[in-house]
Amino acid sequence: MMLSKGLKRKREEEREKEALAVDSWWLDPSLPAVAQAPPAVASSSLLDLSVLKLHHSLRQSEPDLRHLVLVVNTLRRIQASMAPEPTLPPVPSPPAAPCVADNLLASSDAALSASMASLLEDLSHIEGLSQAPQPLVDEGPPGRPTGGSPPNLGALDLLGPATGCLLDDELEGLFEDIDTSMYDSELWAPASEGLKPGPEDGPGKEEALELDEAELDYLLDVLVGTQALERPPGPGR
Amino acid sequence: MERELETRLRAWMEGRAESRWLEKCQWELAEPHPETTQLESVRADIISTVEFNHTGELLATGDKGGRVVIFQREPESKNAPHSQGEYDVYSTFQSHEPEFDYLKSLEIEEKINKIKWLPQQNAAHSLLSTNDKTIKLWKITERDKRPEGYNLKDEEGKLKDLSTVTSLQVPVLKPMDLMVEVSPRRVFANGHTYHINSISVNSDCETYMSADDLRINLWHLAITDRSFNIVDIKPANMEDLTEVITASEFHPHHCNLFVYSSSKGSLRLCDMRAAALCDKHSKLFEEPEDPSNRSFFSEIISSVSDVKFSHSGRYMLTRDYLTVKVWDLNMEARPIETYQVHDYLRSKLCSLYENDCIFDKFECAWNGSDSVIMTGAYNNFFRMFDRNTKRDVTLEASRESSKPRAVLKPRRVCVGGKRRRDDISVDSLDFTKKILHTAWHPAENIIAIAATNNLYIFQDKVNSEMH
Repeated sequence: MMLSKGLKRKREEEREKEALAVDSWWLDPSLPAVAQAPPAVASSSLLDLSVLKLHHSLRQSEPDLRHLVLVVNTLRRIQASMAPEPTLPPVPSPPAAPCVADNLLASSDAALSASMASLLEDLSHIEGLSQAPQPLVDEGPPGRPTGGSPPNLGALDLLGPATGCLLDDELEGLFEDIDTSMYDSELWAPASEGLKPGPEDGPGKEEALELDEAELDYLLDVLVGTQALERPPGPGR
Repeated sequence: MERELETRLRAWMEGRAESRWLEKCQWELAEPHPETTQLESVRADIISTVEFNHTGELLATGDKGGRVVIFQREPESKNAPHSQGEYDVYSTFQSHEPEFDYLKSLEIEEKINKIKWLPQQNAAHSLLSTNDKTIKLWKITERDKRPEGYNLKDEEGKLKDLSTVTSLQVPVLKPMDLMVEVSPRRVFANGHTYHINSISVNSDCETYMSADDLRINLWHLAITDRSFNIVDIKPANMEDLTEVITASEFHPHHCNLFVYSSSKGSLRLCDMRAAALCDKHSKLFEEPEDPSNRSFFSEIISSVSDVKFSHSGRYMLTRDYLTVKVWDLNMEARPIETYQVHDYLRSKLCSLYENDCIFDKFECAWNGSDSVIMTGAYNNFFRMFDRNTKRDVTLEASRESSKPRAVLKPRRVCVGGKRRRDDISVDSLDFTKKILHTAWHPAENIIAIAATNNLYIFQDKVNSEMH
């Protein structure tokens, strides 16, 4: 982990701790759980773990490029295996996004689509947390669509507005080809529109989407590859 | 804070012959250094690189606090033949300081990423040390005499009043306590936008290269204000970036050849005679992905963390997360040998991804005759593989588990099923104790192991006595 020094960064770290306090226990090396390499935590999934890693990595003033590239490629692999089409469009176009989401949710694989919904929820939860410490949440960074129908959330929006200003322009580009359209479902609306620093069980939570442990276990199995993957990872390599 | 490097543990290994030396692995620990104290582990003290010089007489370590510590091998004494091979602190100096890049508004860590010794040209020794951005050339010289009796200067070096000089004398050199002086000779700055991961001195002894995540630069050792970019894999759009350079090294004999490894598990051999910019490799060494082991982590675990040419120049050694591989320069399709370092972690990759251990960069090393290879693992374990007998051994660099003069036993990690006494289970491995940096003496069976903030030096008893 590339921990840094200096006033400016210290402040960021604090904010980060605040922002990720609930879900970032594995980022804290002082916790014994990290040292012991705990078994996969059932409530977490590889996908949102990767997104969180990305998020954390990008908050460094100078990200570890190797770490970043490996996480991004892993994310691509995961997405490629989840996407309904064998090939992933390199850059998602705004009109296509809702269709992809629909396809995903209408997928015949009930378990996977339910899991996806859970992932979406987790992700909106992450965003909610990341926005919590922002003093001016209503304004948002320039260029961010506000209000109206669910905005087309680009990768950076997904990562939260807090990162935008810290990013090297070049690095932002890294994620443009990651298809985040699957997150463009209505599930986003409460969290992204309201931009509320909602608590963990905020308005985005819907009981119908909650999964029992067996389904999560199944998802984790799929994610770590112990079960046969539906299709080989495409663009990740 | 006094570093724990003073803790030197010596081990003697019984072995009959070079080719069979892994068959009998009995490590005996000598008495620890009297100054040994249990000190709190401090981040700045964590050793970040270990490197022997070309004769093996000197050993340099760099740490996260930007310091370089040089150890010197004690000359053999007739009274105590066993003392030969002991390394004592020779010099310590601050190589890099934390800096702040005001243009980019970011801190530059002082951590020493790599140290490389230059071939010795005269009485002085020279080494290159680098942090993320800046490479420095240091000169290490000894002084054990000082001139006395100047005519125009007094003992403190101040000019005398000429009217007091009534007679002339011949200055003489008087012996004094040995002083080791370290002085910065060159600073090679502003050559890298990304983090430098490797430096390598060319066999022409005039140039060296430095590699960061996306580019490799070629420098002349005497010129600091310009370098030549010899590899650039930075895509026009960073969104197309899928691969980074992870390590790079010059061929030991052919000054035109170098290799670099990537985060996708490939090795590219480049010939500088072909073009000034070696974007097109001469040879690409890559092993196809094993479909049976495919997972989301396939790419991460195949990322090469270190590459080393054999002393002969015929082979290359690479380390990825789970294996160490030997490649023949004449065969690109697959490695000629693959050794499992800790295959029992294959089922734990999800957890290792979660706690970021899967991104750890383990190094690897050849012995002097290219017959044995060594690399680190978790739980303060390190592994050795004998290429001839195909035997391997797991050893532990730890003070806690060993007493002076006690025999250090080979360790075993058990994976389920039967568990012998003294075996350690996979679940009780300590993933915070990792041996990332190791070095092998260029000719003898002496190894240096960096375990967090401790340096361990082990030595093969039989072979050392033959010298």
